[in-house]
Amino acid sequence: MFGFVARRLLYLVPVLVAVSLLTFLIASLLPGDLAYVILGDQATPDKVAALRHDMGLDQPIWWRYLSWLGHVLEGDFGRSFRTGQTVLQAVSERLPVSLELMFLAELGALAIGIPLAIACAVRSGSAFDRFMTGSAFSMLSMPAFLSAILLIYLFAVELRWLPATGYVPFEEDPIGNLRCFVLPALTLALGEWPVLMRVLRSDMIATLQEDYIAMARAKGLKPSRILLVHALKPSSLTLVTVTGINIGRLIGGTVIVESVFALPGIGRLLLGAIYTRDLVILQGVVLFVACGYVLMNFIVDMLYAVLDPRIRHGHA
Amino acid sequence: MATLELTIDDDVAVITVRRTRRLGSLFWAAIGWLIFVVAAAALAGLLPLPSPTDMDMLDRRAPISALHWLGTDGLGRDELARLVYGARISLTVGLCAPVIGITIGGALGMLAGYFRGRFETTVVGSMDVLLAFPPLILALAVTAYLGQSLLNLTCILGVLGIPAFMRVARATTLSLARREFVIAAQALGATHMRILLRELLPNVMLPLLAFFLLGVAVTIVVEGSLSFLGLGVPPPISSWGSMIGEGRESLEIAPRLAFIPAIAMFLTVLSLNLVGDTLRALTDPRQGAL
Amino acid sequence: MTEPALLSVEGVAVDLPTPRGNLRAVDRVDLQVGAGRTLGVVGESGCGKTMLSRAILQLLPKKAKLSGRVMFDGRDLASLDPESLRKLRGRSLAVVFQDPMTSLNPVLTIGTQLIETLQEHLELDSHAARQRSTELLAAVGIPAPEQRLTQYPHQLSGGMRQRVAIAIALSCEPKLLIADEPTTALDVTIQAQILDLLAREQRRRHMAMILITHDLGVVAGRTDEVAVMYAGRVVERAPTPALFKKMRMPYTEALLAAIPKLDAAPHTPLPAISGRPPDPTRSLKGCSFSPRCRYAAGSCYQEKPALAGSDAPDHQYACFHPIGAAAGIHA
Repeated sequence: MFGFVARRLLYLVPVLVAVSLLTFLIASLLPGDLAYVILGDQATPDKVAALRHDMGLDQPIWWRYLSWLGHVLEGDFGRSFRTGQTVLQAVSERLPVSLELMFLAELGALAIGIPLAIACAVRSGSAFDRFMTGSAFSMLSMPAFLSAILLIYLFAVELRWLPATGYVPFEEDPIGNLRCFVLPALTLALGEWPVLMRVLRSDMIATLQEDYIAMARAKGLKPSRILLVHALKPSSLTLVTVTGINIGRLIGGTVIVESVFALPGIGRLLLGAIYTRDLVILQGVVLFVACGYVLMNFIVDMLYAVLDPRIRHGHA
Repeated sequence: MATLELTIDDDVAVITVRRTRRLGSLFWAAIGWLIFVVAAAALAGLLPLPSPTDMDMLDRRAPISALHWLGTDGLGRDELARLVYGARISLTVGLCAPVIGITIGGALGMLAGYFRGRFETTVVGSMDVLLAFPPLILALAVTAYLGQSLLNLTCILGVLGIPAFMRVARATTLSLARREFVIAAQALGATHMRILLRELLPNVMLPLLAFFLLGVAVTIVVEGSLSFLGLGVPPPISSWGSMIGEGRESLEIAPRLAFIPAIAMFLTVLSLNLVGDTLRALTDPRQGAL
Repeated sequence: MTEPALLSVEGVAVDLPTPRGNLRAVDRVDLQVGAGRTLGVVGESGCGKTMLSRAILQLLPKKAKLSGRVMFDGRDLASLDPESLRKLRGRSLAVVFQDPMTSLNPVLTIGTQLIETLQEHLELDSHAARQRSTELLAAVGIPAPEQRLTQYPHQLSGGMRQRVAIAIALSCEPKLLIADEPTTALDVTIQAQILDLLAREQRRRHMAMILITHDLGVVAGRTDEVAVMYAGRVVERAPTPALFKKMRMPYTEALLAAIPKLDAAPHTPLPAISGRPPDPTRSLKGCSFSPRCRYAAGSCYQEKPALAGSDAPDHQYACFHPIGAAAGIHA
């Protein structure tokens, strides 16, 4: 187990370095000079040159990368020249909202996807199974912003059950906080469950053919135990992988959903930085999100080992 | 129980055949819708439509009528005309970006799968780095620096598609490179170029093309997302995504303005997925049918 | 056998619908096993012996159609509701599958898989269940049983896994154990050990056992009675000693000849049975072994011989030209 974690951790280092390099290059090589952006209308060649010198923009690119990376490693991601807030402050303020959203969305997707997958696998080929697989397939073609609009229209405009936009901090009003997360989380969950359901369903159908399931039935175990312990656990490996792969999609969806439902999370921070051309915040957030994404994938890999003892013992 | 297993396998095969046959009507409906959309977008100039940019402030959010078949939007522009011209943008980006992906990604994947070694490691490694970014975030960031234009948008979405096409091409090449016809060609002294172009390319092309349709679907969705956020195509050009984004503002008064382009987009993406998935299942023997 | 048999299979047939038509995997089989007795079921791959065992356990594939009666302990298993059936399985009716590589769940520990069976059927607290699991593992010859409980199947060798599977099967003291080719997937050196273990436990627990195998050599010293199956039917049935003394069905003879002999000279060609078993979806008019039988003649191609006895009361066979009787004509 230790060797497995160490190997994975070692692989993380070059990936993270490459991620930081790419983030830096996007910000540095692409047109859009920071000095011009900051100075705006007052940009004269002299002022621009002076500011570029102050900010170190006239240094060679590799030097700028190393000094930037050095700052980042010390925890200094830069400071917004518009609000004066540091990237770290801004991110840590918004992160809980995005994490809560993603957590609730994933929870919702699993709550919809797993029972449906099991029900379909048990009755594979039945009318119910065909209907659900069909629905899952069509839901896959539904982008997050379409489901968002549909849900807002149904639950906020027509039925008026839930708020369409707005955010209440958890400390102030836990119920209100959860209420304002229902539609955003549901929007993301609607895009997630079909993926989870399709993968788990096909793995489950394969698992149910296994000898050890016949054995479990021959042992006289309860059907619920056979399905939930003997069949679900070995079938959930691909599910975990897919959940990991989908985190990228989920993060993208979070940006859209936070924008639609006006939730003050990382996604809105990113969009705000783009709209106001706050390039320091933008660079910091992109780096932060990419690193977070890489780490989440690492955690998913670890989960894999927890689920499959064969990987844990290096038999894979 | 060799005999029994054999028969059960046959059974599965028959179910598969039946299922594809059952998918048949849906499959053709999807093809029909795609042809319809592409034709409407291509012939937009020839159709008797009002201009999609002509505003009529006296006739805002007009309901469906003989003059405006789908009514007008918040600025009094004809919704049907905007829908058709929006299809043009969505489809242009949706088709051109995967072409970039399939060309570069396909070439890289074939070379990596054929030559292996350090080149393969480099290609796979750099794709891993590209994949380390959530796609929408990368697209947003690059648009922010490059500025909004149709060309930039297409290029960014194209680059984002490279890793996926690379993987498909590499996987197919890897499995093909060990096959008899390639080994035979090598034994006959064919050049690498000849083997890649004459022996491998035709075989890699099929799965790549099936995957291309799925790529188009994904691109349309990502383009729609960007435009929905107001960071896709710059105004006054409108794509389906930006129409939905504008329609969201008037969801309470005229939900139609958001839902009409939404339905068009959903049907198009669904059709592309359906056709792409069916073709992929046909070209990938391991996968079987859906 | 005057007392009613523990298990009585009466006219059991299993039909599987296939695209090429109906497949009759098991064709009107009658068998009895008395309490504490052992029955060997022998036949080559595809003869329906596994389907027969699944039919007894009521674990047939969903599409399969079962007809006939499976009387176990006075009850017809085929008409039991799922819940009563479940309480019977693992408790008084246990099974050991062919391949211990696939019959144990790879993601659950040995302990979990043993304990769950015990707790399902016997009212044991977790400590007692653990205690008993250790004893069971020790009884089937697993060293360091306490440690094994926390291990996963992949950490054990094939032979050890089959011992675990046997321990699970024995855990609730079943009245009948079905061992479905328990040694086929194992190394030759392990096979005898496992078979001896099964025989020993069977005697010790006074449990009835059905030993399914393709190897006539396996049943020779370990069973009271043998049934030979071919193409879904029982073609010969006799007490084990009687069968080996005087086998009547040509197929049984061919099966015995196909066992490699240790004392044969090197490179002696193995007498294989020529041809393949008949296509089970097409019913043959005559004896199903006739296409491969070297004694087949006339009526063999016209009608199916019934399973009937003649000289010895317990010895039944389905053949028009049994070995011995017809020797003068064919030898």
